[in-house]
Amino acid sequence: MSVKVYIPRDTTSLALGADHLASELAAAVLERGEEIEIIRNGSRGLFWLEPMVEVETSAGRIAYGPVETKDIDTLLDAGLINGETGHPLCQGLTEEIPYLKKQQRLTFARAGITDPVSLEDYQAHDGFKGLKKALQMDSQSIVNEVKTSGLRGRGGAAFPTGIKWQTVLDAQPTDGSQKYIVCNADEGDSGTFADRMVMEADPYMLIEGMTIAGLAVGADQGYIYLRSEYPVAHQILNEAIEKAEAAGFLGVDILGSGKTFNLEVRLGAKAYICGEETALLESLEGKRGMVRAKPPLPAIVGLFGQPTIVNNVLSLAAIPYILAEGGHAYADYGQGRSLGTLPFQLAGNIKRGGLIEMAFGLTLRELLEDFGGGTYSGRPMRAVQVGGPLCAYLPESQWDTELDYEAFQAIGAGLGHGGVVVFDDTVDMSEQARFSMEFCVEESCGKCTPCRIGSTRGVEVIDRIRNNENRDANMDLLSDLCETMIDGSLCAMGGMTPFPVQSAVKHFPEDFQKDNAETGA
Amino acid sequence: MTTLNEQARNQIAKVITDLQHKPGALLPILHGIQDRLGYIPPESVPMIAEALNQSRADIHGVISFYHQFRSTAPGQHTVEICRAEACQSMGARQFETHVKHTLGVDYHGTTTDRSITLESVYCLGNCACAPSVRVNDQIIGRVTPEKFDGLVDELRSQKLEVQ
Repeated sequence: MSVKVYIPRDTTSLALGADHLASELAAAVLERGEEIEIIRNGSRGLFWLEPMVEVETSAGRIAYGPVETKDIDTLLDAGLINGETGHPLCQGLTEEIPYLKKQQRLTFARAGITDPVSLEDYQAHDGFKGLKKALQMDSQSIVNEVKTSGLRGRGGAAFPTGIKWQTVLDAQPTDGSQKYIVCNADEGDSGTFADRMVMEADPYMLIEGMTIAGLAVGADQGYIYLRSEYPVAHQILNEAIEKAEAAGFLGVDILGSGKTFNLEVRLGAKAYICGEETALLESLEGKRGMVRAKPPLPAIVGLFGQPTIVNNVLSLAAIPYILAEGGHAYADYGQGRSLGTLPFQLAGNIKRGGLIEMAFGLTLRELLEDFGGGTYSGRPMRAVQVGGPLCAYLPESQWDTELDYEAFQAIGAGLGHGGVVVFDDTVDMSEQARFSMEFCVEESCGKCTPCRIGSTRGVEVIDRIRNNENRDANMDLLSDLCETMIDGSLCAMGGMTPFPVQSAVKHFPEDFQKDNAETGA
Repeated sequence: MTTLNEQARNQIAKVITDLQHKPGALLPILHGIQDRLGYIPPESVPMIAEALNQSRADIHGVISFYHQFRSTAPGQHTVEICRAEACQSMGARQFETHVKHTLGVDYHGTTTDRSITLESVYCLGNCACAPSVRVNDQIIGRVTPEKFDGLVDELRSQKLEVQ
């Protein structure tokens, strides 16, 4: 039997040449008269090592990375096919790489181990265990299990998932029976890629989670609202859905239970606001992605006016584990009211970027230093934005904060979707503050005035500050404007855009004082 | 306005017929048309409006809301530059200046030889290996000005082959 060699097929690996590498490696091996079987797995999330090639040996998989096509000959000379460890790119046993070994992977337990669209691989690694259990349970018991887990929405708002599910379970559809499960896969925050990794490395987990949600509340139709910026995830999801249907895990009469759950992927069209759940529902209905006023909650009046669960990819992806192992097993991880694990995503100017799934409670500094290993540029770190474009920039004095929802709230920051973007000391924080406002101008749905007009005025005011025009008065104006947007906006877009701006002003005042006129705007 | 040829009109009609029964069919229809023709010709608006029993203004409003949908034909290739924070931290602002200068166009513009249309994008999810660009459906990470110039040469030579 030929040796199994794994080369990932996720966006990051492909973006670094994995397809070309795979075909060149196959050709080189053939030329040497040897034989290998190349499996295109998902990524382990050790992105600084991508494309990471793994070779199966009796001791486990041996990793090599980052591998470029120019390395193929020396790797083969050094015994890659036998998993020999002499080559400088060899990282040893994959599972022993500290970055991976230190993690607590529940949601990402299978990521990079399996072929993402192989049903056999999925089942061999505990796949569909949760679904099979759920099929034996009544709706209320499933919802209770989710409540026990303490899972809170991983999209950013951290609302208790079990409570949301209970609301949908109890809600009465106006047309008699129709309820919906909607997966928010519009992962628009810069610095985040955990949803993408779920969909590209382990799509059946999301399918299973959504099916369980359908069973829990009595919904037979699900939609995955996927951003169009993720073409690879789109292709893998569609392939997985087709296979799951053909094998009876999805569609009518799931595993002979008589229960039905249909699932369809719908593409967004480059609109950040559609990550806001009510704008997302409008978009799914075929309209402009305009935010709805709440109440009514989507749980009661959601898609097409019917009771709807809208959950983030990571929330739904946590469900199979919770059902398979029990809510208590999940709640054993984490601390306080932040239970379970959160997949952090280390990005931007960082030496070792990637996905780190850990229980809540490690500090930001441990993440940046122990895992990240400092900046990519080698310069000192200066600012870290945690939680996406609507969350605060943190100065070094706050890096010892523990990563949990409450601790971050206490310092006026947020965890959001777990994205961490690192900047070195060349960053100009007044430029970053300007960008926060500019992004809001670009992406506001325009429904409410503080967001639509406030962001445009915000760009203008920051430009005046950067150009040294009437600085003190404009700083006061900016502060007022931020308060107005926070208090007066309809949703988080306008309501949170000021957070990065305020944090930049507060923690990096020197960048608003010096004369920035020469850099322009 | 140039009138649409028969073939394009038939393609649009087929997309509409195939998808109009779906709940919330408008976005799938718009994607379907843009996938096939590269843009959503203004002539398709009344066709969609009639099929969905909505006003032309409704359809136009949706097309204009989303950054992705365009009403004019793009160049042969679409290049998107990520402008979001993770890429900024790795020099995306300087890179963006280089790209605009090299191609001689701003965002939403098409090069004079019609080989490349330049667009911005806010995050391609490749944030640990920034900066990133997307060329048609391919995402490329850790891109540098030199790498980009090579890519442009490659895209332009593809255009020659096609001609």
